[in-house]
Amino acid sequence: MTAVSPGVDAASLRDVRSSRRGDRVFSGVTVVAGALVFALLGAIAVFLVVKAMPALQHDKSSFWTTKIWDPDATGRYGVAALVFGTVLSSVLALAMAVPVALGVAVYTVEYAPRRVGRFLGYLTDMLAAVPSVVYGLWGLFFLLPHLVGTQTFLNRWLGWIPLFSGAHGDVNTFSKSVFAASVILAIMVLPIVAAISREVIGQVDPAQKEAALALGATRWEMLRTAVFPPSRPGIVSAVMLGLGRALGETIAVALVIGNTFDISAHVLTPGGNTIAANIANRFGEAGALGRSALIASGLVLFVITLLVNLIARYVIYRSGVEERSAAV
Amino acid sequence: MAKRIETVELSCFYGKTKAVDDVSIAIEPKSVTAFIGPSGCGKSTFLRALNRMHEVVPGARIEGQVLLDDEDIYAPEIDAAAVRRTIGMVFQRPNPFPTMSIYDNVAAGLRLNGLRRKSELDSAVERSLRSANLWDEVRSRLNKPGAGLSGGQQQRLCIARAIAVEPQVLLMDEPCSALDPISTLAIEDLIFELKDRYTIVIVTHNMQQAARVSDVTAFFTLRGPGEPGYLVEADTTQKIFTNPSEKRTEDYITGRFG
Repeated sequence: MTAVSPGVDAASLRDVRSSRRGDRVFSGVTVVAGALVFALLGAIAVFLVVKAMPALQHDKSSFWTTKIWDPDATGRYGVAALVFGTVLSSVLALAMAVPVALGVAVYTVEYAPRRVGRFLGYLTDMLAAVPSVVYGLWGLFFLLPHLVGTQTFLNRWLGWIPLFSGAHGDVNTFSKSVFAASVILAIMVLPIVAAISREVIGQVDPAQKEAALALGATRWEMLRTAVFPPSRPGIVSAVMLGLGRALGETIAVALVIGNTFDISAHVLTPGGNTIAANIANRFGEAGALGRSALIASGLVLFVITLLVNLIARYVIYRSGVEERSAAV
Repeated sequence: MAKRIETVELSCFYGKTKAVDDVSIAIEPKSVTAFIGPSGCGKSTFLRALNRMHEVVPGARIEGQVLLDDEDIYAPEIDAAAVRRTIGMVFQRPNPFPTMSIYDNVAAGLRLNGLRRKSELDSAVERSLRSANLWDEVRSRLNKPGAGLSGGQQQRLCIARAIAVEPQVLLMDEPCSALDPISTLAIEDLIFELKDRYTIVIVTHNMQQAARVSDVTAFFTLRGPGEPGYLVEADTTQKIFTNPSEKRTEDYITGRFG
């Protein structure tokens, strides 16, 4: 007891109850909060599986391959066209959004004067705050008519790429299509990818950038040498989060996509569908089996997004491991 | 390979704030010049103005001239990136590129210059690492991350990276301030060897270090808080440390202030 430092008497060492109670309450709260997330995810998964069971058991063989959706009248339905349309529209959306988002991020961090950069940052964040139904209505009444020119152009000059050709030769009419949905999705995904990339790029150690500049790098060479490599895992996860949003986006897509059931890579021709849009369009009038079938398709979407997120986590984790092993 | 640097009435600014006031100094080739002085006296800013790294900071600018063998490196037709390729720099904190291997770190500058042939890169990397006294320690793990080396090794890696592009001048901004005494000694030995081929300018907080490694010492200070830094005097290191011309230098050397 003689070793106790001055000012702290022996009694105070034992008197820890009050602070410990606060500690216990706090750790209890965090444990509950953590468990809640786990329980919610579990509950959603269980709900989906249970409700999807009737539909999955009704039609075991062709659920993955059927391109028709007619559960209540003929009992035939399958997610083939829906999964295809979901993945195609999302990938196309990323292909359009990611280059622009990276451009926005690099410009705000590296090129823009600080004031302009910050303002642009606010604007991008506001783009993320627009409700998706607003995007959908805007897409329906403004974007679709104004997209005709772009679609005609793509079809005429890039029609030799199957993606932009008509299903039966030339495209004559343009309306709700996978392409329109992709454009809307691209706009919706853009702010997420841009905002996260902006944070990631902004966190690159200035010493690394100076190292590149001191070697005689130009602005672009500096970005390539010192900024992009360490930002890569963060940008990948930003893209994956964007993909997650695109895959699950419902109402905006439902308003501008063709609501047909075919597997066609001709994105300009009217048609197309996604899992989420199909649920939104059909849930109201679905019968018992129809609902179960829609929930089964929701389960598929749940698994797809879960996989996308797992892959994103893995990419981030692996780069983290590399850095840690480098530091040893 | 080594060139002479001369500044003519060089002042450095951050926005409206003047950080360095009216410095004229000549730095001879194949010698080591040390900048010493109290914190905030502008010696690092002045150093960074010598290879146009100063202007990387938003709002930073200079007045006056910096001549590299009589060519003004701030002339409008001169490309800042080309200047930095000619006048290399080593920083206070070792800053190897974290995602790159040891090899790629050294090769980074060469690749920026368009060198692609593997055989040429190989020999240049080995030559630079040998010059930086690092080759024997890393030859068996060239493809391991540069960030895995010790602090002193990382700093020698940064020196190897800087000399790989064969600059005329090597600027070092307190290169040992983050290192332990053994690593510091290794860097100082290296500076002594590099002197044969390069013009070396080193900023240091450590007066013993300036006395050990430099041929010429320049003493910077400021007239008061908030005032810009200025050059008090520059002379042979021996004279500065035994018989300086200025009272202020003597006060600083003998530890009476700063």
